[in-house]
Amino acid sequence: MHEMGIVLHLAKTLDETAEENKLTAIGRVVLQVGEVSGIMTDLFVDAWNYFKVRHPVLVNSELVLETIPAVTWCDNCKQTYETVKYGKECPYCHSGETWLLRGNECIIKEIEAE
Amino acid sequence: MKIITLNETVTASNERDADALRARMAQEGKLLVNVMSSPGSGKTTLLSRIIRDLPDVKIGVMEADIESDVDAQRIEALGARSIQVHTSGMCHMDAGMTTAAFDAMEASEARLFFLENVGNLICPAEYDTGAGKNLMLLSVPEGDDKPLKYPLMFQKSDALVITKTDALPWFDFDLEKCRERVLKLNPNIQIFPVSAKTGEGMDALEGWLRACLV
Repeated sequence: MHEMGIVLHLAKTLDETAEENKLTAIGRVVLQVGEVSGIMTDLFVDAWNYFKVRHPVLVNSELVLETIPAVTWCDNCKQTYETVKYGKECPYCHSGETWLLRGNECIIKEIEAE
Repeated sequence: MKIITLNETVTASNERDADALRARMAQEGKLLVNVMSSPGSGKTTLLSRIIRDLPDVKIGVMEADIESDVDAQRIEALGARSIQVHTSGMCHMDAGMTTAAFDAMEASEARLFFLENVGNLICPAEYDTGAGKNLMLLSVPEGDDKPLKYPLMFQKSDALVITKTDALPWFDFDLEKCRERVLKLNPNIQIFPVSAKTGEGMDALEGWLRACLV
């Protein structure tokens, strides 16, 4: 259900981009998806292929997903570590004073269009 | 084919719609409060209490559900204006849906609007609805560990209402531990423990709402 919501927003954002730039067709759409964004990529691409046919500009588009690794910052020992491997607790000092630096985003990096 | 670099978040169109709605409501001197929580935490009961406690404030309620209009009927029974929004299977409200609901209610005299979002602790936190304030509920029976499991909603909220405090004697809900966990995630959040049933704690919450309205 969540993926469907994101797909609808992506289609709307791209439709607006097409209108602003007077584009008639969008091809490759490169998305950067954070490792801990909660987006299930298979489901996301399936949902996109289902919805894109409703938008004339997007009919022949193709999603290309790039993964952004998740990195957490430890406020206590001032180091970064891999979020997926260690979670909320810092592997160096075992502090819980940690913050996600990146990895929960979903960004449209670039599009191929004419 | 040419390549256009966007570097824009996927939900950029939603964020633009949300900013537009916020600006429009501010200009009209109205406030929209987005109410989020899991199902059964007492959103409709809390809103019913607020409507009864604040007879001098004209209130409008947007009820977002996947199905049915039982919540809207409960609110209308109290004399407040309400509108039912069906999200057609979607797990959250977005700014476009909220704007459509507000359009349908704009003619009413209400100044304070509540958007009762879909009962869900995850997805609604990720979508800006265009509300001026985000308020979330956590009920005593759900447990004091929820900030650990669903941190984003606690981070996005301006206020946390801990509901059903009249049930505290029967549950192992540690109010202080909960407060500590929430403040760690969001040091600026306002916390209001209340019982909409007995009225305990409602004054502080209603005072905060009034202050947000001016």
